[in-house]
Amino acid sequence: MNEQSMTAFLIEKTIIVLSVFGGVMAVVALTTLIERRVAGFIQDRYGPNRVGWFGILQPAADGLKNFLKEETNPAAAAQPYFVLGPIISLAPALVTFAVVPFAAPLPTPWGVVEMIVADVPIGILYILALSSLGVYGVVMGGWASNNKFSFLGGLRASAQMVSYEVALGLAVVVVLMMAGSVTLTEMVWQQQQLNFWFAFPISLAFILFVISAFAETSRMPFDMPEAESELVGGFHTEYSGMKYAMYPMGEYSHMLTSSALMATLFFGGWDIPFWTGDDAFLVGGEWIKGFTETGAPVAAELAWWKTLFTFLVFGAKTYFFMIVYIWVRWTVPRFRYDQVMQLGWKVMLPTALAYVMVVAATILTLDQLEVAYGFTFGLVLTAVSALCTGIFLFVLDRGRVMDGAASGARQRFRASRELADAETPALPSGD
Amino acid sequence: MPPTVKVVRRPEGAKTSYLRATLKGMALTFKHMVNPAKVTLQYPEERPELSPRWRGTHRMEVHADGRPKCVACGLCPTVCPSNCIRLVGGEDDQGNRYPIVYEIDEFRCIFCGMCQEVCPVEAIHVGVHFENAEYTRDRFVYDLDRLMEQDHPSALLWDPSDPRSE
Repeated sequence: MNEQSMTAFLIEKTIIVLSVFGGVMAVVALTTLIERRVAGFIQDRYGPNRVGWFGILQPAADGLKNFLKEETNPAAAAQPYFVLGPIISLAPALVTFAVVPFAAPLPTPWGVVEMIVADVPIGILYILALSSLGVYGVVMGGWASNNKFSFLGGLRASAQMVSYEVALGLAVVVVLMMAGSVTLTEMVWQQQQLNFWFAFPISLAFILFVISAFAETSRMPFDMPEAESELVGGFHTEYSGMKYAMYPMGEYSHMLTSSALMATLFFGGWDIPFWTGDDAFLVGGEWIKGFTETGAPVAAELAWWKTLFTFLVFGAKTYFFMIVYIWVRWTVPRFRYDQVMQLGWKVMLPTALAYVMVVAATILTLDQLEVAYGFTFGLVLTAVSALCTGIFLFVLDRGRVMDGAASGARQRFRASRELADAETPALPSGD
Repeated sequence: MPPTVKVVRRPEGAKTSYLRATLKGMALTFKHMVNPAKVTLQYPEERPELSPRWRGTHRMEVHADGRPKCVACGLCPTVCPSNCIRLVGGEDDQGNRYPIVYEIDEFRCIFCGMCQEVCPVEAIHVGVHFENAEYTRDRFVYDLDRLMEQDHPSALLWDPSDPRSE
């Protein structure tokens, strides 16, 4: 890229930006359909299957409907903010995808093209900064609606975002310690070098990240801002038509970005497992796939089919987490608000802090013992993290993980019920 | 406490594993996700199977020459519990009685099927049919021509010697 002219750069980036934006929007549209289909399957229904082949055109029909619907603007709403809310909620969710590398570099006759919109040096910090901006849209929409339920939804969103941003950030800190860098391209590279996906050496960080990401995107166990049963839809109660549709679109693109992040930070990004042929990283203007014994760089072998396959692998990893999002949504009921806060501040934050210390100490010890960054390094960290994860789950579940759900308690419960039944006075007969 | 109320006490709070319960739930939903036992009927393509004794909108049996079988005896308007049958009988040159007006208001009808049971010449029947949508209310008063045009099968009468239609 270094010897490219400005025109070539502009053309390259325009193509990538347009295809990434289009791709994200297409996946978001598809996910709305898949969410409804999966929800249907889980509840033994079909879901929308009428519009087009297997309902594939349902998102298009929904979009058309939303454009044609009347937009209600409540008289008491603060108009500028009411309009701005959905925009602010959607835009950051879309731009965060810019720093996620989604495939191996593509060799073209005009030079090697990186499969990323912008490989900015601040990588993950950019994502953390922008993704939390999305909540402003929710708070703004909730406040501007001039509706007490919307306002409560907006407040909950902001409180939840603040609480879980902390644990999310600390989980990311652990990843940064492992990778030694904040750019996502280098994180993928480090995972390729380590021959270990970060999900294993820092498993607890992965668990904390997933829980926080669920809270950040306000998906089901944490969908306090919407909470249909308590807040009649929460922040989007007063919205209709396309303005409303932008909130779910923001939510889904947020989901997509966080799924892509889970795949990139913890599951090797576009790395194809058990194969080093796809490894590639830009060092000093040269694409390398690794180092020889003596430390000399080995040139990477780039090919268009490798780009294609790594893209498919990345897509599969990302979409796996999307499915998990949907799956969890239709399984786990919503938390109570105080439970959300308790989990955030009393469980996630201390655990994340302690875990950062443990991983830092382990890495320091390994460095002092001059263990090379490689398989053994990963194995030791995996063992330490597995221990931490075990303790975390054990304490979180009050020692019941191994014991089973109410195994002894069930008998005691039955006995106490029989006792209670025996004590209940006989009911008067019906005459 | 009324006798119908079933009291289910929670297992002691500190003794349950939320993690296991959640994973169990996830496993259950996954089982349904990959193998949904779908009970939905894809209606316009898949038709519901109606019982042969289903009592739907009426039809009038006709002779081979196209005349209605009805002899205007007046039993069906008499027996009808909801008074939805209007019958004006007439007599032709040979002394055969026939209906001049025979109208059934399907909105009033309760589909008890007593008209079919009482008919001495097996002329009026309730039918095995359920798609009755119309654009106007007055289309629901079926006149004689309409009743003769209906082509859905007639309902099977209950047979006391074979109460379960076996």
